[in-house]
Amino acid sequence: MVIRILYFASLRESVGQEAEELVLPEGIDTVGKLRSHIAARGAQWDAFAVGKTLRAAVNQRMAPADTALGEGDEVAFFPPVTGG
Amino acid sequence: MTKSLFFRPLLAVDGGAVTVRVQQDNFDVGREIAAITRGNLAIGAVASFVGTVRASNDGSGVSAMTLEHYPGMTERALEAIVAQARDRWDVFDALVVHRYGRLEPGDQIVMVVVASAHRGEAFAACEFIMDFLKTEAPFWKKEETPQGLRWVDARETDNCAAERWKTT
Repeated sequence: MVIRILYFASLRESVGQEAEELVLPEGIDTVGKLRSHIAARGAQWDAFAVGKTLRAAVNQRMAPADTALGEGDEVAFFPPVTGG
Repeated sequence: MTKSLFFRPLLAVDGGAVTVRVQQDNFDVGREIAAITRGNLAIGAVASFVGTVRASNDGSGVSAMTLEHYPGMTERALEAIVAQARDRWDVFDALVVHRYGRLEPGDQIVMVVVASAHRGEAFAACEFIMDFLKTEAPFWKKEETPQGLRWVDARETDNCAAERWKTT
């Protein structure tokens, strides 16, 4: 299963990229599991660690950790919003 | 709830469209109000809010800020917020315009205009839309300060402002 991941704002800067395609490993089927999977990449991905405040959206809708992932999904990670 | 579902189809026909714009360009709130109210003599109240860039924030000078957004999701999130407000109050029309890109102190950032028959609905819906825009619409501010660039942190007071609507 292939998904597209987007990173925004301070998160985009800390991970050093704004988007990537990812082939999901077996068993990585929710937003929460994807977050843990990404956190394990190393120090540059510290913003994904447990306890860090991070928001996620799947196909442009806010998505809690238990949201299921599907083929071709657009998954976005970003810090809490500060518009207005 | 101050409005029954029964009236929704009527409003969809008689009222204006839900409108949201996310743009780099400045806006003219007077012109937007004129466009919304033109020809609708049932409107008795128009509430508007304009947010602008302050020259200081969190104890530091701010010479400019850059607003980033998530094209597509930002518009959808704003539309969902306006739709919630229209479900909750009798509103003829509601418009949200939010800018992105680099802005300087005094520049306009966001405007909300709500038109209704009476002021209560217009005031409430306008404030509701701003409170949820602050916590749910994907925008992020990066400030230019004498100490360098810094991303603005989300405020707990903004979460409280949005939360209070959930209990009334």
